Amino acid sequence: MKINSPLEAYKYLPATNCGECGEQTCMAFAAHLIDRSLKLEDCKPILDEKFKKKYDELTGLLAPEIREVEIGVGDKIARVGGDDVLYRHKLTFFDQTAFAYDVWDTMEEADLVERVNKIQDFRKFYIGEFLQVDMIAVRSTSDDPAKFAAAVKKVAETTDLPLILCSFNPEVLKAGLEVTKDRNPLIYAANKDNWQQVADLVLKYDVPVTLFSPNDLDTLKSMAVTFAEMGTEKIILDPGTYPTGKQLKETFNNFIKIRRAGIDGDRDIAYPIMAVPLTAWMAHDDPVDASYWETVVTSVLTIRYGDIMILHSTEPYAMLPELHIRDTIYTDPRKPVAVDPAMYKVGDPTSDSPVLVTTNFALTYYTVESDLDSNKIDCFLWAIDTDGLGVEAAVAGGQLTGSMVKKAIEDSGFDMKKDTTHNTIVLPGLAARLQGDVEDETGANVLVGPADSGRIPGWMEKNWPPENK
Amino acid sequence: MTKKMKLAQLTDMLQDLNVEALEGVTIEGDIELDISGGGGLNPELAYAIGNEISHMSLHMANIGRILGFPAEQLLASAFGMGEMPEMDPALARPTELMSSKFDVSKIENWRNKIQEVTIGATAADGGSRKSTVTIGGENALPYYFDAEMPHKNHYTMDVFDMPIGMAKAVKGNYEDVINDPAEWAKKVVREFNADMVTVHLISTDPLIHDTSAREAANVVEDVLQAVDVPIVIGGSGNPEKDPEVLEKAAEVSEGERVLLASASLNLDYERIAKAAIDYGHVVLSWTQLEINAQKELNRKLMKQCGVPRDSIVMDPTTAALGYGLDYAYTNMERIRLAGLMGDDELTFPMSSGTTNAWGAREAWMVKSPLNQDSDWGPREYRGPIWEIITGLSLSLAGNDMFMMMHPTSVQVMKEITGTLYGSIEADEIDIQNWIGAEV
Ligand code: B12
Ligand code: SF4
Repeated sequence: MKINSPLEAYKYLPATNCGECGEQTCMAFAAHLIDRSLKLEDCKPILDEKFKKKYDELTGLLAPEIREVEIGVGDKIARVGGDDVLYRHKLTFFDQTAFAYDVWDTMEEADLVERVNKIQDFRKFYIGEFLQVDMIAVRSTSDDPAKFAAAVKKVAETTDLPLILCSFNPEVLKAGLEVTKDRNPLIYAANKDNWQQVADLVLKYDVPVTLFSPNDLDTLKSMAVTFAEMGTEKIILDPGTYPTGKQLKETFNNFIKIRRAGIDGDRDIAYPIMAVPLTAWMAHDDPVDASYWETVVTSVLTIRYGDIMILHSTEPYAMLPELHIRDTIYTDPRKPVAVDPAMYKVGDPTSDSPVLVTTNFALTYYTVESDLDSNKIDCFLWAIDTDGLGVEAAVAGGQLTGSMVKKAIEDSGFDMKKDTTHNTIVLPGLAARLQGDVEDETGANVLVGPADSGRIPGWMEKNWPPENK
Repeated sequence: MTKKMKLAQLTDMLQDLNVEALEGVTIEGDIELDISGGGGLNPELAYAIGNEISHMSLHMANIGRILGFPAEQLLASAFGMGEMPEMDPALARPTELMSSKFDVSKIENWRNKIQEVTIGATAADGGSRKSTVTIGGENALPYYFDAEMPHKNHYTMDVFDMPIGMAKAVKGNYEDVINDPAEWAKKVVREFNADMVTVHLISTDPLIHDTSAREAANVVEDVLQAVDVPIVIGGSGNPEKDPEVLEKAAEVSEGERVLLASASLNLDYERIAKAAIDYGHVVLSWTQLEINAQKELNRKLMKQCGVPRDSIVMDPTTAALGYGLDYAYTNMERIRLAGLMGDDELTFPMSSGTTNAWGAREAWMVKSPLNQDSDWGPREYRGPIWEIITGLSLSLAGNDMFMMMHPTSVQVMKEITGTLYGSIEADEIDIQNWIGAEV
């Protein structure tokens, strides 16, 4: 983004404070443009013909430093790139790294379908959502256009996920494109030998393209300049992912160099970066070693600027940490992930069911909620407003106290005496020291539960229903 | 000598050859084309020459354009392309890459060097360690091309003074030594290649065994006897008891330049600092995920307690992957960047309690507690990689030394951080054609 203060954006807005965007003033809207939480198109008036010039200029100023490239169509479309900073604390990273897992055209059809399904069905619940992977990369190991087309077709029938078509043979790529031209697949790859023919294809079919120039950034940039000149900026750069030794160190630094140059304003190289940690399998024979090493390379290049990756291992011990490290790096550091503070019902609670207190930090809330839910414990779960902090941090920082609990009860309209038969509150084990305080403030009986919500079922067996009912 | 000839002669000369391109031929000056009549140009050759000449003119046009001349307009009007949008666009495309040099600058405001700190002392320096460990000294983010990283990362493995609860995958490695800290220490050095050993004196906690400081110090002496690598000494984390325990431990290890873990804002850090100064040790300055608290504690250690700059290591707290690592990562990255840019209160090397990763459910639970989740797979593999990725991400944020538990985790961490540091040789791998690789 070329500007960094709301005032600079404000100058281009209609300045009528009409409120159509949902903000009170144009200035407030401008602040959202700068932190990228709203889009310019949310201001309908500026789309009017008479503001065309300002709209165009502002669009240019607001465009992210690193171009954003779209792959696929519809719901599952993946956007990659779009970043404006080198460190997440400076703003946040946008468009989390897209993970593509490979299949190849010499696979038996049944295996192919099974693998695609395994990839697209993989899910891990985490703070209210499922972590999932994004794409399928079809590799041509046959180098046969017909074989490739058949495999690509089968994959396209099996999944809506965006596709990457991988071959250095333009004929093969063409065959794949013919069967998926309406799916906006990513082409992998143009290199220094085939770039003219690949250019013909990507311009003709209007699809994004990867430029591959292993460890040669001059050629990579030359290709990017040439492709832009020929009329496409739907470009992804692959400087090569060397899996081991000094070569890997160089790969690491290539990623840093490209991204730094892009953020510093060199438009010619300001494109998303592709990593291929799959090459770890070219260095390791043992599948566990290879999976581990692939996960390690994936993590390094997720942290340092990889925007899209092609991976091979579908072992959960590889996919789980990969999904989590990506989430770690792309979580918006400006706001703790929180749920609305409220009284939630888990299962089908009655007035005999326990009332459990927790915080509104999303990680805490969902951990507790899923522990209760999957153990079929019917109860009331109270998410107290702790400004999105977990139990210990909130107790330590004073966001979870007896009076906060009392206030939360009052705000929710829940009446401990009328709505429960036991007038008992269960606190998290890590909030044990609030027991007296909560008793004094609320007049309810207070029990202290276990430190980890995973142990609530065992605790309930011993402690519920409470004796002094 | 340049020989000039007419194209017709050329045709004759090359007639019997299968000409596809004219390599090494320069065409200069006016060319007389003789394409009429029987002795005309053979079609293949005509094509080849035409191709070459067209390429040349495109090339020239490109140069013209670089010089600011609107060459595309000229070409378009010459060939009437403006009116012929249907023409195959490929013909208008460059046939050579437009040459462009990649260039990027180094970061200018990384002017401050991170403090170098040495842990351990050899006989020459009044200790009995065979080797020492030096961390810090960086002038850039880790492994960056901006400046050579002077020291590699180092790994210290945990040893406890009593049996503790451990994840199953970890426990399997230590069952034979769990009751003997000295043997445990030997094992991590000899078998697991630890650069250092951390002795955690957790039995001193009044709520555990309330072991006396004197008894705890015996364990320290045993470990110093058992191994000759530098050691780290940790208390139980009890803020009332730790100062006393660490004082005694510092005294019995006088001269060995151990790392005392830790001074923190919620205990009497002055006592820890004084013990370090009196007996020549290094202090671990531990705060909880808060950059300003870290500055405050470092300042107090330096200004109020007089700890020399070369005797402070920071522990800004490690939260596990999926359990606050986003905070831990960014906290460390900010601390390191601030240090490089000149904040003297933050220019210290860092240490991570990477073992915390074993608290994550994904590291130790047999399977997911949720039935909507895909299968989590065997935990024997999940645990170590959880510890690795937690540590690895922090190594990229600037962390220098790691306190870890699982031997596989340490081994893989050494491999990857050594690789990024540049000390690991491997066979070169040709990835040009990775797409077709059998994997
Ligand atoms: C991430 C983190 C932070 C983040 C907070 C992120 C957030 N949104 O909460 C930040 C950086 C902001 C932070 C700040 C602070 N933190 Co902090 N932080 C952590 C850390 C690393 C992880 C906490 C976490 O997310 N745990 C995961 C969640 C899911 O756990 P949870 O909320 O406790 O929920 C579990 C249980 O409580 C239980 N449970 C939850 N609800 C219920 C309900 C019932 C009925 C039952 C039975 C059980 C139950 O089950 C859940 C799953 O196990 C811990 C250290 C650690 N590794 O644990 C320190 C830690 C919690 N922080 C600590 C401190 C001191 C602080 C600060 C005061 C530091 C400072 N000096 O500023 C501040 C306070 C901030 C404030 N209040 O203003 C200390 C607390 C010490 C103490 N016991 O008092 C800890 C333990 C670190 C330490 N070892 O010293 N922190
Ligand atoms: S919709 Fe546009 S003009 Fe109206 S207040 Fe919002 S920013 Fe201003």
